[in-house]
Amino acid sequence: MPDNLLELRRISKTFGAGTVDEKKAVEDLSLALAPGDFVTIIGGNGAGKSTLFNAVAGTFFVDAGQILLDGRDVTFQPEHRRAAVIGRLFQDPLRGTAPHMTIEENLALAYLRSAKTRAPFGTVRKSDREFFRAQLAELGLGLEDRLKSPVGLLSGGQRQALTLLMATLVTPKLLLLDEHTAALDPATAEKVLALTKRMVTERHITCMMITHNIQSALSLGNRTVMMDAGRIVLELAGTRRAGMSVEDLLKAFRERVGRTLDNDRMLLAE
Amino acid sequence: MSLLVVRGAVEQGLIYALVALGLYLSYRTLDIADLTTDGTFTLGAAVSAVFVVQGHPLLGVVLAFCSGALAGFVTALLQTKLGIQPILAGIITMTALYSVNLAVMGKPNVNFLRENTVYTFAEQLLGDALGALAASALVTGVLCALLVLFLRTQLGLSLRATGDNRAMVAASSINPAFTTTVGLCLANAVIALSGGLLAQYQKFADHTMGNGMVVIGLASLIIGEVLFGRRARRTLVRGVAAAAVGAVVYRMIVAAAIALHVDAKSMKLVSAVIVAAAIAAPALRDRLLFCQKRREAKRNAG
Repeated sequence: MPDNLLELRRISKTFGAGTVDEKKAVEDLSLALAPGDFVTIIGGNGAGKSTLFNAVAGTFFVDAGQILLDGRDVTFQPEHRRAAVIGRLFQDPLRGTAPHMTIEENLALAYLRSAKTRAPFGTVRKSDREFFRAQLAELGLGLEDRLKSPVGLLSGGQRQALTLLMATLVTPKLLLLDEHTAALDPATAEKVLALTKRMVTERHITCMMITHNIQSALSLGNRTVMMDAGRIVLELAGTRRAGMSVEDLLKAFRERVGRTLDNDRMLLAE
Repeated sequence: MSLLVVRGAVEQGLIYALVALGLYLSYRTLDIADLTTDGTFTLGAAVSAVFVVQGHPLLGVVLAFCSGALAGFVTALLQTKLGIQPILAGIITMTALYSVNLAVMGKPNVNFLRENTVYTFAEQLLGDALGALAASALVTGVLCALLVLFLRTQLGLSLRATGDNRAMVAASSINPAFTTTVGLCLANAVIALSGGLLAQYQKFADHTMGNGMVVIGLASLIIGEVLFGRRARRTLVRGVAAAAVGAVVYRMIVAAAIALHVDAKSMKLVSAVIVAAAIAAPALRDRLLFCQKRREAKRNAG
């Protein structure tokens, strides 16, 4: 087994190169995740957090650098190939599910694609359905009795919980969470976050999570990475991270970047 | 309308139903308005006709199906690999097919009044009265069933997801270029099969047969959906059945119009109006509701 599950070696991505709008979204960034790592990522708008995720997921190819996933070079592997082992959730709860298809069909899509033994003409078996029902029951949202309902009828929180289930139905090597609770109401966000925590710990999924909630950035996972202008400006882990308060973190950011970490979306406290 | 006319309308409707099934796949499932349809329908007819003249009607039907798949593949290639917008990709293939179809037939139209066709076989087997009807019903029935079964498989689900939420598919390890290609190949194959069968049914093929076919197919699809109500858009079986039934009803309407001495040439105008009105219906309804609300608000204020 390789030492690192994910290894980013000096990756760079520039948008609109050579134009006035040139933007170095990620610059010479290196990061390594050990198996089972849960890294929270914070940073202001335009810090390059989502670009980092897109680079890892393969939404686009990086301009320079190398990406290794579980020891394999995936730098030039297209998104749909990487998605076989990378689960991803977006801020928009509507993005991860097909609204006109039923809950069962959505789950089947997530399930059948990863079962490499299944032929393209494989269909949902009775045992699969039982498995889906059991998994849905664990969400505690009462969805297990609505397998035949179109997903479009569910609320945003229910859809995001379902997307989470789809992303982890077949345990991914890496889970990317891009502010996946930011568009939900506080109570639902809490619930989805608790579910996330449970699934990630129970299945030892290596995970990266972008968040604007500094409190949860510090309390969730085992490492925190702070980004600014396409680079990592601060990495926290172990006892140093454990002893950090929100105020300490903000102070550390100020010291390193020379300005304050704040914007309208940043949640500075609980 | 005599019984004979009704039977003819049903027979034709069942053949045209395949166009509606093809559009169910490309337009409803993949969410692509595939204009290849017009050219593909004629292509199927041309291929089928050429083989009937050579004395191989069954082979003609099979090859019509294959030729349609090939045409769909070209359109898919233009869209997925060469970055041409879906509508334009369809128009390009359709335009190219105009020449291809003429080349296949060697002349603008082919008649084969005395040759054997799959329908003459069916009539020998089942009698003149029921042969064509049974053959058409069988083909359409089987294809409807196959389509429903296919859309429940993993590949079928991926195809539906591609049309339903494109943002989701790539992140779900589905290659949207692949699913789009499979969908367009199948859709056009079924549409060409329709053209191939119709040519053998009416014993001639003409290079203008497919003109406006996409609009007629969409009209059939929409008529069916109106008849089957809202759930036609939600459940697979109903959606597919609606497409087939809609095509038959459309042919009935055409037969009725002809019986009432409406000029047959204006049927395409009628089809165009049906499609435009049906697709515009939700927008028109919202506009009407808005106007009503505004009027009420004004009255209450005043």
